[in-house]
Amino acid sequence: MASEALLFYAFAAATVIGAIIVVAQRNPVYSLMSLVGSFFGLCGLYVLLEAPFLAVVQIIVYAGAIMVLFLFVVMVLNVPREDAAEWDRSHPLFRPMAMRVGAALALLLTVELGWALSRTPGLTAPIGEDRPAVSSMAELGRVLFTEYMFAFEVTSILIIAAMVGAVVLSRKRDD
Amino acid sequence: MIPLGHYLILSGLLFAIGASGVFLRRNVLTLLMSVEIMLNAVNLAFVAFGRQLGEVDGQIITFFVMTVAAAEAAVGLALVIGLFRHRESLNPEAFTSLKW
Repeated sequence: MASEALLFYAFAAATVIGAIIVVAQRNPVYSLMSLVGSFFGLCGLYVLLEAPFLAVVQIIVYAGAIMVLFLFVVMVLNVPREDAAEWDRSHPLFRPMAMRVGAALALLLTVELGWALSRTPGLTAPIGEDRPAVSSMAELGRVLFTEYMFAFEVTSILIIAAMVGAVVLSRKRDD
Repeated sequence: MIPLGHYLILSGLLFAIGASGVFLRRNVLTLLMSVEIMLNAVNLAFVAFGRQLGEVDGQIITFFVMTVAAAEAAVGLALVIGLFRHRESLNPEAFTSLKW
């Protein structure tokens, strides 16, 4: 059991540090690589939560397909690093009004989250101790193709629409 | 076993990092990456709640979120390419022609 806690904290640290580097890094290529590392940490967390299918999909779809798409765009556009001096001059959050309202909203959200967390039952007990985990792919597929059939079909329409949209948007206009 | 609260706090932390990325960065591509971090934070919360309740629905919602994220990334990146072609910049401040 101690090793599970160790694994959790290792994966959680990898995820959070990766995410922080994504936001703090000015070079988009490094941001992207750090995001892939963060997704690997999340994959480990899914394994700990006994969701092996999601762990695999996380790597194949997220770290594989989506991140390669991002990487292609970063490389094709030859994205420049963000200029720190320009950032300091032009960032809208440095307007005093935006700063105050934003700080107030962030504080409100933090308080609300803390309140919600303090009222959620079963936060300190080990996760799902009295319920067995549903981790079989057969069960997942059965629910996906019975209860969630409609949502599944709508998703396929959404993906076709997104595909056509992406092709139309990124096509070169020759008129 | 890890308590549910740990997963929720981690999820909230990730969401906060992603949101601060959306607000702080001046690069449309990094903005999209921050949105992906936020989506993943929510996914983690869904899977943790699903494990807590012993239900499969949390994993299925996460599966749908992943498909929608893939569609979002495809359209978003196509938009970024189109914007870059017009303005030669990725700074969101450059795209203000629809601003009143």
